[in-house]
Amino acid sequence: MSGAIRPIVMPKWGLAMQEGMVARWLVEEGAEIKAGDEILDIETSKIANVYESPVAGPLRRRVVGEGETVAVGALLGVVADSSVPDPELDGFIASFQEEFAAHAAEAGVAAPQPETVDAGGKRIRYLAIGEGDGVPLVFIHGFGGDLNNWQFNQEALAGGRATYAIDLPGHGGSTKDLGAGHVHVGALASAVVEFMNAKEIAKAHVVGHSLGGAVALDLALNHPDRVASATAICTAGLGPDINMEYIDGFMQAKRRKQLEPVLHMLVADPEMVSRDMIEDVLKFKRLDGVETALNRIIDDCFAGGRQALDLTARLAELAVPVQVIWGSKDRIIPARHAEGMPAAIPVHLLDAGHMVHMEKAAEVNERIGRHIEG
Amino acid sequence: MSRKSYRQAINEALRQEMERDPRVILMGEDVAGGLGAPGEDDAWGGPLGVTKGLMPIFGRDRVLDTPITESAFIGAAAGAAATGLRPVAELMFVDFFGVCFDQIYNQAAKFRYMFGGKAVTPLVIRTMYGAGFRAASQHSQCLYPVFTHIPGLKVALPSSPYEAKGLLIQSIRDDDPVIFFEHKAMYDEEEEVPDDPYAIPFGEANLTREGDDVTIVAFGRMVGLCNQVADKLEKEGISCTVVDPRTTSPLDTDTILECIEETGRLVVVDEAHPRCSMATDIAALAAQNVFKALKGPVQMVTAPHAPVPFSPELEDLYIPSPAKIESAVRKTMAN
Repeated sequence: MSGAIRPIVMPKWGLAMQEGMVARWLVEEGAEIKAGDEILDIETSKIANVYESPVAGPLRRRVVGEGETVAVGALLGVVADSSVPDPELDGFIASFQEEFAAHAAEAGVAAPQPETVDAGGKRIRYLAIGEGDGVPLVFIHGFGGDLNNWQFNQEALAGGRATYAIDLPGHGGSTKDLGAGHVHVGALASAVVEFMNAKEIAKAHVVGHSLGGAVALDLALNHPDRVASATAICTAGLGPDINMEYIDGFMQAKRRKQLEPVLHMLVADPEMVSRDMIEDVLKFKRLDGVETALNRIIDDCFAGGRQALDLTARLAELAVPVQVIWGSKDRIIPARHAEGMPAAIPVHLLDAGHMVHMEKAAEVNERIGRHIEG
Repeated sequence: MSRKSYRQAINEALRQEMERDPRVILMGEDVAGGLGAPGEDDAWGGPLGVTKGLMPIFGRDRVLDTPITESAFIGAAAGAAATGLRPVAELMFVDFFGVCFDQIYNQAAKFRYMFGGKAVTPLVIRTMYGAGFRAASQHSQCLYPVFTHIPGLKVALPSSPYEAKGLLIQSIRDDDPVIFFEHKAMYDEEEEVPDDPYAIPFGEANLTREGDDVTIVAFGRMVGLCNQVADKLEKEGISCTVVDPRTTSPLDTDTILECIEETGRLVVVDEAHPRCSMATDIAALAAQNVFKALKGPVQMVTAPHAPVPFSPELEDLYIPSPAKIESAVRKTMAN
């Protein structure tokens, strides 16, 4: 009978997360929930986000109360058909808690850790999650970001396939030495190809965000033999506009107070930007070589306050299935760049800001999932 | 990025700077250990193992075991700095500064000024401070107020492993004499520290948390204790700003005064002796500059005006504790 009991546990968002706080339940005990329904507001030291239910059925118990903090993997609630009697639920909860306490220490150790690889002479850091025969997936973040940007997406899309979230050169744990020559989208795309070569990935689905979206489109256009499909999210490369107030603010901010309003521009709901997130960006900016590397990227990709690359004229050439996902409230790159796409390129407009893959993770994951299958 | 201890973060900072710049050298008593003896080379790596592994990489031309004479080797380091090297000298316990202080405050600190800008003295003196180690009166003092008092010296007090690596790299890159204070009871504390080198600027205070009710300014190891107290008080609805000045010289007075103005209540937590300390310095700055914003008197939480006891029970009473810090915060809230 216990097959009919489905636990809801504290998810793991990102590499560092050890525990999370249940800020608010969004459904009552007894409510009927569908998979994908928003059921909880969860806060960690790094981020606050809404959690969508992985299971469907009546929410029989809310095990953890609002304001309580529990470890990753701990029981939050129990979904079970009404036919399951209460004592059985109690028993399930008790034995779950017991087993969880016994294995709590091991759970953290098993989590995947980022690694580095020499990609054509450049050190590239990446996080690999998942295995299987499916065509691998490569995630490419945007300007100033890193592989952690995909913390709400990577695991969900790692069923039956290898997935790789990379740090672009100049970012995260990858080399800050961008070499000689221009650092435009094409150069970044070459770095991704070198990464795929180093990891012996013949062909991959590529998912890119913002500047990384332009990289994904560039790969689809110029390396179609290496790209099974491309998803470009709030992407650069489809128009001239770029919010230089954000870019300049990001570069100039040296203190938390200066950076906070800048990062707020990335999201529709400012609550998503936590203290720790701001701290992480400040720490990243302090690393040797980062300021120089980012300035070079700005010079080559956003010279004169406009995007240097516009691929719209070449979209008709695409031989690879491409989709575009955008947040309607994007303040960094306007969603209207997605207007007038050729019919072959589906465009999905979601109610979110520039970080739509974090703000509306479940929906974005579903869109990507369908695109890579179809 | 990986979890590193305070000790490992300092070791990594030294190694990365020595890799980057061949002029950086280490010198001090047993910074490697085993010099000239038939036994193990690099036997010590410093008394608490902080510099272990560096001599095997860089050799005895760049990692120098010195005789037990601070006046000689601190003086030598000052001279080496003024003539083109970038030495990191270890004053094993800051308590020993008496025997070499002239070299530090009257020589190194004043070269640039007295030679009209012609001398550059990129000297770093790493030194251990603080109580809690049962090391008794002559090996447990803080003494950073003494160095802060001297124009021409810079003073850094890292409060965590992340801070230690960034502030030490900045210290080595700085062209002025820097006294880098390592709390001896913190070496095993761990935190996420980037693998790549990075520098934290001097004179920029860090806010470890922000609140509306009280501003707590704390130094070195005390920052962590204040964070613990702030976490506890948060649950009662008392929200605290905790300010870590990072460097007592230069001091980020702007940020400190701004934070005091915002909350109107100030607690300063300083492990040093109470007279002529950082506590009195900050309290006076507040009184002079933001008097109208203060809702009540400043509370200073310090050690007593006494040598550090050897008895464990007395030493524990000596050090500003979370209980004493909490009590001081509640006192300001009672106004």
